[in-house]
Amino acid sequence: MPMNPTRKRRLTIVLSILAAAVVAAVLVVLALQNNMNYLLTPSQVQSGEAASYKTFRLGGMVKAGSIQRSSDSLKVTFTVVDAGGAMPVEYTGILPDLFRDNQSVIATGHMDNARFVATEVLAKHDETYMPKELKDAMAKAHADKPGIEKAGNRE
Amino acid sequence: MSNWIPLWLHRLSSPPTFYRFAGTLQPWAMTLALLLGAVALYGGLVLAPADYQQGDAYRIIFIHVPSAWMGMFIYAVMGVAGFIALVWRIKLAEVVAMQSAPIGAAFTFITLVTGSLWGKPMWGTWWTWDARLTSELVLLFLFLGVIGLYHAFEDRRQGARAAAFLAIVGVINVPIVHFSVNWWNTLHQGSTVNVFGKSTMSWDMLWPLLTMTLATKCYYAASLFRRVRTDLLDLEGGKDWVRQIAESEADR
Repeated sequence: MPMNPTRKRRLTIVLSILAAAVVAAVLVVLALQNNMNYLLTPSQVQSGEAASYKTFRLGGMVKAGSIQRSSDSLKVTFTVVDAGGAMPVEYTGILPDLFRDNQSVIATGHMDNARFVATEVLAKHDETYMPKELKDAMAKAHADKPGIEKAGNRE
Repeated sequence: MSNWIPLWLHRLSSPPTFYRFAGTLQPWAMTLALLLGAVALYGGLVLAPADYQQGDAYRIIFIHVPSAWMGMFIYAVMGVAGFIALVWRIKLAEVVAMQSAPIGAAFTFITLVTGSLWGKPMWGTWWTWDARLTSELVLLFLFLGVIGLYHAFEDRRQGARAAAFLAIVGVINVPIVHFSVNWWNTLHQGSTVNVFGKSTMSWDMLWPLLTMTLATKCYYAASLFRRVRTDLLDLEGGKDWVRQIAESEADR
């Protein structure tokens, strides 16, 4: 379709403003990439990346068997681990339903010596949805043949 | 060279033609939306099994995820229509862009509310400022900004062009919403349904979700057609084709 000069001019103006906006957005995203950490992992904390924060979010998996509940209060202690580190966490309050061994959690709080004192604990779930029977079958297959069926076995 | 497609599109962009075209399709789109929606709800709430991790609470996904997709889809439609309106000054494109905004805002609002209701029992919080939730909130504000800017002008076509501008600049937020879960550490989990690659949802849960996606698409078409028809009558008030419709209505 041949374009008349007016349309061509409008097209150029709109496209150049759009391009400028895209460049601006990409720069903002790249800048935020480094600064907009929603959470820090235990290994990041141990390498000193949390030193500049008074309070921050700690994210990782609850180490299996590390959950210890106090008998006379709502106090819970557990260990959050990632691939390269572990961090003891202390929390007093009600935990979300999904909180359990090997679950991803995000705790907000501050460091108290080597221990992380949380004021809020959130459970993260993965993007996998399947019926319980299938999950059990996969877990069984996994137990029979270790190394196979990696996906969907994060519980 | 076959040029019947541009010719057909060109003819369709004339208000009286589109008025009739939309009038024919609208009831079909609405019927399809209700049927597919009912099937999807039955499939999702009754037939689909409970999730291994979240139990029955995950079932809100059948509303939450299709609404979220529609919010982004409608924003993209609005951006494209706004672009056509700005460059070619086609009246129908302005109307489509402006009439899409309230529907998109509604879907985005539903997404935020259902997400919040889902987040409380599963994550343990109604709201958190992670990248996915924040960019979705920005999407709602963009829709509201487009609606507000459109109505801030005395002259409707001038308002539509100003708002179309905001709409196309805001299109940048759509990929940010989609990829936020990959680019940043978020509380929100990653994508379950992937067009390229494997979806991490078992089929008896996935088909109601996809059916609901079709239902919401049909609902959008039906709602948009109705809104555009009303707006065209209003915008072209003094023209012959509108007068003819008014007279034939009066005769009945």
